[in-house]
Amino acid sequence: MSTLEANDPVEHALGQTAVDTVERAAASADQAQPYAELGLKDDEYARIREVLGRRPTQTELAMYSIMWSEHCSYKSSKVHLRQFADLPRSERLLVGMGENAGVVDVGEGLAVTFKVESHNHPSYVEPYQGAATGIGGIVRDILTMGARPVLVMDPLRFGDADHPDTARVLPGIVAGVGGYGNCLGLPNIGGEVVFDPSYQGNPLVNALCLGVLKKDRIQLSAARGVGNAVVLLGAKTGRDGIGGVSVLASATFDEGGPAKRPSVQVGDPFTEKLLIESCLEMFDADLIAGIQDLGGAGLTCALTETAAAGRSGMLAHLDRVPLREASMEPHEVLASESQERMLAIVEPRHLDAVLAIARKWGVIATAIGEVVEGDRLTVTWHGETVVDVPPASLADEGPVYDRPMARPADLDALRSAEPPAYPQVDEDLLLRMVASPNLCSRRWVVEQYDRIVLGGTVLAWPEDAGVVRLSEATGLGIALATDGNGRYTRLDPYAGAQLALAEACRNVAATGAVPVAVTNCLNFGSPEDPEVMWQFAEATRGLAEGCAAMGIPVTGGNVSFYNQTADVAINPTPVIGVLGLLDDVARRTPMGFQGAGETLLLLGQTRDELGGSEWAWAEHRHLGGLPPAVDLVREKLLGEVLVSGSRDGMLSSAHDLSDGGLAQALVESALARGIGARVVLPEGLSAFVQLFSESAGRALVTVPRSEELRFTEMCDARGLPCVRLGVTDGTGLEVQDVLDLPLDRLREAHEGTLPALFGPLAGATASAPAGPALTAPAADAGASQPDLG
Amino acid sequence: MKIGVVTFPGSLDDRDAQRAARLAGAEAVALWHADPDLHGVDAVVLPGGFSYGDYLRAGAIARFSPVMQTLVDAAKGGLPVLGICNGFQVLCESHLLPGALTRNAALRFVNRDQRLRVANRRTAWTADLAEEITIPVKNGEGSYVADERTLDALEAEGRVVAYYEGGNPNGSLRDIAGIANAAGNVVGIMPHPEHAVEDLTGPGTDGLAFFTSVLGVRA
Repeated sequence: MSTLEANDPVEHALGQTAVDTVERAAASADQAQPYAELGLKDDEYARIREVLGRRPTQTELAMYSIMWSEHCSYKSSKVHLRQFADLPRSERLLVGMGENAGVVDVGEGLAVTFKVESHNHPSYVEPYQGAATGIGGIVRDILTMGARPVLVMDPLRFGDADHPDTARVLPGIVAGVGGYGNCLGLPNIGGEVVFDPSYQGNPLVNALCLGVLKKDRIQLSAARGVGNAVVLLGAKTGRDGIGGVSVLASATFDEGGPAKRPSVQVGDPFTEKLLIESCLEMFDADLIAGIQDLGGAGLTCALTETAAAGRSGMLAHLDRVPLREASMEPHEVLASESQERMLAIVEPRHLDAVLAIARKWGVIATAIGEVVEGDRLTVTWHGETVVDVPPASLADEGPVYDRPMARPADLDALRSAEPPAYPQVDEDLLLRMVASPNLCSRRWVVEQYDRIVLGGTVLAWPEDAGVVRLSEATGLGIALATDGNGRYTRLDPYAGAQLALAEACRNVAATGAVPVAVTNCLNFGSPEDPEVMWQFAEATRGLAEGCAAMGIPVTGGNVSFYNQTADVAINPTPVIGVLGLLDDVARRTPMGFQGAGETLLLLGQTRDELGGSEWAWAEHRHLGGLPPAVDLVREKLLGEVLVSGSRDGMLSSAHDLSDGGLAQALVESALARGIGARVVLPEGLSAFVQLFSESAGRALVTVPRSEELRFTEMCDARGLPCVRLGVTDGTGLEVQDVLDLPLDRLREAHEGTLPALFGPLAGATASAPAGPALTAPAADAGASQPDLG
Repeated sequence: MKIGVVTFPGSLDDRDAQRAARLAGAEAVALWHADPDLHGVDAVVLPGGFSYGDYLRAGAIARFSPVMQTLVDAAKGGLPVLGICNGFQVLCESHLLPGALTRNAALRFVNRDQRLRVANRRTAWTADLAEEITIPVKNGEGSYVADERTLDALEAEGRVVAYYEGGNPNGSLRDIAGIANAAGNVVGIMPHPEHAVEDLTGPGTDGLAFFTSVLGVRA
């Protein structure tokens, strides 16, 4: 108890146990309140008093501190995010930004909703639960729209691969993503694993979920209809996660600060699975008038947002909320971030049916209040009124800041840094590169995720994008990819954001899908640092203008600020998710070579572009220069060619070129099915530049000989550079006059890195004792070479 | 031919088992854990997932559900029952099959395409199988254990239906991937045949043979 109180700033700051009622607040206007300790500024507190016409009760003060936190109010980002709303509307977009997630019409009467969110700070404090509840939270966001969640993805970023703290957080985060998603029965179809010291002490755990619904059955969050019941569904409310958004997500970690573990929520995927099935059954029976998930800011957020969205009044009897701990106080009940809860607005005539469905699934359902006349949210606690506020003042009318910005002082020096000398390419260089932490195989991570449950997964890791079938009857499906490159964005946030968008589009197009919508998770340092704010403004401007150029809308997203430890911010990391559509998933293009004797073609233009490259980083720990040039017109053209090639059945394989350049793409495409290649590099640029440059707008494709002419003529006609590189053949990778390596050696190098750092792959330990505990991988595991048989 | 697929709270691969049954040519019938009626089905699949959240022990709570009370008797009477992954765990907890499934040796969930050597093609569910098949494995508690005497007996009686080949993904004793009861109507298998029924979504269609096999039993 005392530990919890000492670490709970709300409790600590308020420090009193008598319930502070509205009546009492009105009578004691001058009572000093600990608003600063709760993260509210002087003028913010003054505005609360102005809105209420009195001092807030302690419960109200806690609510404002949460809802006006950076995490909930987007107060620093709002002015920049408006650009996304100004993008040209797409007729496919059924619900845009503002709701819990955007909804996209995919045809055949179906729609999908998807979104990516961060759960960075909780995952640093408590890796397993932080990551697990990150999955749980984004899944509820998707469920809230009326959709059945059908897949997850997880872009992850860690400190240096061999740093001791990475050994602490990575196994737990991966196990948490898997533990929660696997238990929900959602295939994990891809994501990212990136290592960079800027994420040391601040790993990024982003989670994406996509759901499917009938397009005429979208659920919205508005609470309307006087007399409708407000029903809390799911887990009991406990003290876990109090202050999650205001303490964890809206402040910087300081050395020696109080332990923040009590602010992390604890997940129960089984309860969430039952909650999903029961809600979907209620949606199907058309029993729900409005619904909202409980995530960050818990009941406070759900009550105020549903009431504000419906422009309704609401009365909630807080003492009816089922509690895990009877001693909880009203502000704790309202602030709790206990997981696996939803708030439903239900017409009285449907209430019994809703309660019956909940009972069938073993889900607790409690009518805690009702929609009432007027425009006030009133909350009572054992007969006394503890909250009486206009809900929009919390949900929509939080403070907005146009924060000062400054171009980072070190940017010119970074950009003009002398690049490392280019080497001669040989076998050892390629082996080192494919084994380097950011280019090596992710098998160790991905094998811990169920990638196939639900039976719709057509492509998953290590493919460029995940592809999932939505309709067994027609083959209609979607492709999804997420990308982000913090080094590029550090060097040029505007271009970096566009490069991430371009890469995600390219990955989706490589499978044959047409990119149609964008979601984003913007991970940055402290917005109170003008240099970070400048990075954020540049990145959002780049993304908005990029989306306009590509002609695809942003459907929603998430901003994560304060990703820094002390005063060192992470590399600015916008993670971009792109949704693509495939009219028939049977025509998807895989990334691996499919057979010997096919023609290998390089699409797009290669330039001498190694600024911010994986080579410079992996070989020299060098970050400098400018990232590759972005040409979104070219990028769009490449995408169109890849989609046409798939539609006309010309392509056997397609793989986008990005980190690690052509060399990495050749190795990955060859290793996929163990089919090698003989490559002759064209005249012109050096072999090193051709193999390791990271010029954007390129892809490696194979076509059957019979299709070669037709395909190259199509590229010529459309003006897309297309160079013949060689043929697929044999069991090795030969680049004439440069290198010649058997695939077995490449595979050993490519797949050995993560097992050496984090423990052998399953099955490689058959005769060894049970592996080390998840949170404590053996430090000396580097000595063992896994048998990949 | 009707193949029933039981949904427990927390079942995850139930719709996949139904799809596999349909692709094999059977009618798939959804059975609910709280309903003891088997609705006249000719065979039953207990699907993968985390029934009751795997709380207490995987399969330990599902064993007491109303449908299992009926199913245990029906299985003893010869009804073909296939337990996949969590279903295998339920069959062991129900004592329809010997032994138990414990935490993977590496203490991590593992999902990969897995080669299996089929050792018994005389059961209701394995008659149509090839000698070697590849189907996905995905489990966190898939390590098959039993005492030496039981293991010896299973092998002596030919009741091991499949062994892991090319690496044991979970540390199962003697590389055992699946077993049958003495009568051959009840089979438990840790890897997932229902996820290898279409070229588009699986490593191939080797898994379909489990479902066509049982069609032959009652045809």
